[in-house]
Amino acid sequence: MLFTVSLGLIAACLLVPFGKYLKNSKSILLALIPVVLFLYFVQRIPDVASGRVLFENTNWVPALGINLSFRLDGLSLLFALLITGIGSLIFVYASSYLKGDKFLDRFFGYLLLFMSAMLGLVLSNNVIVLFIFWELTSISSFFLIGFNNDNAESRKSALTALAITGLGGFFLLVGLILAGNVAGSYSIGDMLSQASVIKQSEYYPLIVVFVLLGAFTKSAQYPFHFWLPGAMKAPTPVSAYLHSATMVKAGIFLMARFTPILGGTPLWQYTLMAFGGFTMLYAASVSLFKKDMKGVLAYSTISALGILTFLLGLGTHEAIIAATVFIVAHALYKAPLFLITGIVDHETGTRDLSRLSGLRKVMLPVAIAGGLAALSSAGLPLTFGFIGKDLIYESTLHFTANWAWYLTALAVVTNIGLVAAGFLVGFKPFFGKEREEFGHVHLPSHLMWVPPLILAGLGLFFGLLPDLAGKFISEAAVKGILQTYVPVELKIWHGFNTVLILSLITLAVGALVYFTNPTKLQKNKAVEWLEYLRPQFFFTKLFFWVKRFATIYTNYFHNGYLRSYLIKIIIFAEILLIYELLRGGPFSIDFSRLSPISFYDVAIVGILIGALYKTLKTSSRLTAVVSMSVIGYAICLIFVIYSAPDLAMTQFTIDTLTSVLFVLVLYRLPPFLKFRITKVMIRDGVVSVLFGVLLGAICLRVLQEPTRYNISDFYAKYAYTLGKGKNVVNVILVDFRGFDTMFEIVVLSVAAIGVYSLLKLRLKSSEKE
Amino acid sequence: MRSTILKTASQYLLPILLLFSFFLLIRGHYSPGGGFVGGLVASIAFVLHSFANGVENTMKIIRYKPLSLIPIGLGLAAVSMFAPVFIGKPVMTSLWIPGQIPVFGNVGTTLFFDMGVYVLVVGVVLTILFTISLFSE
Repeated sequence: MLFTVSLGLIAACLLVPFGKYLKNSKSILLALIPVVLFLYFVQRIPDVASGRVLFENTNWVPALGINLSFRLDGLSLLFALLITGIGSLIFVYASSYLKGDKFLDRFFGYLLLFMSAMLGLVLSNNVIVLFIFWELTSISSFFLIGFNNDNAESRKSALTALAITGLGGFFLLVGLILAGNVAGSYSIGDMLSQASVIKQSEYYPLIVVFVLLGAFTKSAQYPFHFWLPGAMKAPTPVSAYLHSATMVKAGIFLMARFTPILGGTPLWQYTLMAFGGFTMLYAASVSLFKKDMKGVLAYSTISALGILTFLLGLGTHEAIIAATVFIVAHALYKAPLFLITGIVDHETGTRDLSRLSGLRKVMLPVAIAGGLAALSSAGLPLTFGFIGKDLIYESTLHFTANWAWYLTALAVVTNIGLVAAGFLVGFKPFFGKEREEFGHVHLPSHLMWVPPLILAGLGLFFGLLPDLAGKFISEAAVKGILQTYVPVELKIWHGFNTVLILSLITLAVGALVYFTNPTKLQKNKAVEWLEYLRPQFFFTKLFFWVKRFATIYTNYFHNGYLRSYLIKIIIFAEILLIYELLRGGPFSIDFSRLSPISFYDVAIVGILIGALYKTLKTSSRLTAVVSMSVIGYAICLIFVIYSAPDLAMTQFTIDTLTSVLFVLVLYRLPPFLKFRITKVMIRDGVVSVLFGVLLGAICLRVLQEPTRYNISDFYAKYAYTLGKGKNVVNVILVDFRGFDTMFEIVVLSVAAIGVYSLLKLRLKSSEKE
Repeated sequence: MRSTILKTASQYLLPILLLFSFFLLIRGHYSPGGGFVGGLVASIAFVLHSFANGVENTMKIIRYKPLSLIPIGLGLAAVSMFAPVFIGKPVMTSLWIPGQIPVFGNVGTTLFFDMGVYVLVVGVVLTILFTISLFSE
């Protein structure tokens, strides 16, 4: 399974050098990647449907319990099929939708990155790996929303989306680490078996709150929903793929995955029901008053996410079955609705519902796709949406008796809104009077209208043969969520019962709402109030204050004077050292154990002090630099005498190079001025003397407890047996603590690139003058 | 600084110092030395040469921009870091070629890691120094 995740990542990296060959119509070749992955997952269906869970494990950082371990159970498979299946069609669609775009290769790179991240997220069996992929989806989504980066609005939307989902990501990380520590393992498989331990732990409420914050921000639950309508600034294929079919469902996936671990308690149940219930009702009603087709779809998607959260909150077997079916049904009708919105926008140049009508004559296949999707969204019998809606009503009706009717009423009202919203987007642009201004409009390339038609057709197909979806996909997914086997039988006809009546009422009232044409009401007072019922105001204020704080903070700590940085860093280090010394309590120095002072030591210290005096007193920069290097060389000698040849060599070369560097920079500095005032000199003197004294004290203190940790013994003992080297220092550098070295050389490179680019940029701009 | 003595000396010192730096790199695993010091000595060799002959002439000898040494070094280190993953071992496990090789002794991924550090240090030091000295002129 590692290959399914890495295939897209590798392809995305290869696009950097080779992307320019794929900018034209050849970009459709990239759709092969999701197609191949889709076929791979399809081929796994029988295996998983029979109840098996496939595992794959590659060690990554075993010392921290972080491994690239993957599990493919029903839940993962359901999402993997959606991601790769819809992904394939989106790739085809996008190659035509964005034809001729300057940055087409970049777009596909982001899209591939996103697809891999999403696959990694749903397949991972380790919560830390899951979190990494989770963040990766947020980041790739940021790039995709801001794809039209010359538009200020889309940049702002991208930032908002990143801020909200990123904030949720932090909370999620905390929740996952807490859960991992309580369970004693970061593996999801282990957490499942430790579920009761986690639920009884005192940290349980915290874990739930943090994990849910992550899920709610990602899945756009009220009050974090407002980033999603903003995210519609992205090109339409992205909205269809990320912000309706897959990424926003990552939060749903997370909640489903953690249902057996955290679920089943009143806290979990009521939180999900409350947030999901409110979100679905609120978003469904707002969606009706939107003029923009994408706006309608955005809010109806939020509403659908609310329904899913709500169903997971109910937590009964029926509700979970309904959730798995509704995820598929929703993806199969919402994605085509987005795609046809894209076509209408692409061909007519507008998404304004009050202007669009009568397009069926010019783009019949698109109208058919839209109509089918709208019918499925409305839950007309014989469509998959009907099955999904039925199951929702069934699960609310069968919930604890005294709640059942309230919940059912909530679901019915929400669905009425969704029916009307579906009709608005799927029917309205295509029916009614033809308009003259759209006379020139023609059918787009078949690459664009075939994908939505396939998806909408699948909605009908599964509606006619629901048992196919039930047996092969839903049943395994339910087992993946609940960890127990529940038979799933989906039928077209349930007999004449309450559920059917409710379905018909929903359909009828929804159609009625559609014909009253609520988009006209946009200016209405009540509608406006509904619009403002969102915490964006609060968030705007928050952003404002964060920015204010950042300005003040930056002005104080980042004022551009090297001397100010140095003194702050040193004072901070001194505070830490003092704290550490005080914490350790008093200590005495056993002078008899120190080595005797030799003639060399006295001589070297004499040179050192002389050079120090010269450095402080001189009025020439060059002399100061040279005296500084004399100090450095004197320290080298001390290293040599006390048998640290490695350190001495390094110090010696570094000192040489530093002097060279200083001399080079000296050219650029203004002439030496004596502008030091006594007050500053005293301050600097106190700080530096204190630093020296503290370091000396720490060294002496370390000598007092030489045997506490035996670190040096460990290295000396194992350097040859494990690291096959006799030079302990070098073995530590390249083997035992190789990670440190790796990070250090990365830092070095960054510094060099920084110097290079800063000076080169300056050179260039001065050349221009 | 145009001194004939320094100029002549630097011509001979450059190869000797480079050889010495390489010696430091290879012996690092058994005796004092290693990639970091080796890299520093090598860069000092080039810096000395540039003092005597001017930065442009030294750049000509190196032929490639010192900046391009940085990705090469990082790449070498990263490859030797991730190589164990491909045979199913955790990152940074050191792999060894069985048996002793003359001059080098035991050869394993750590030596390549050290070489990466060596190349990178030369790249970093020369990039910083040469950029600044070109800027100063």
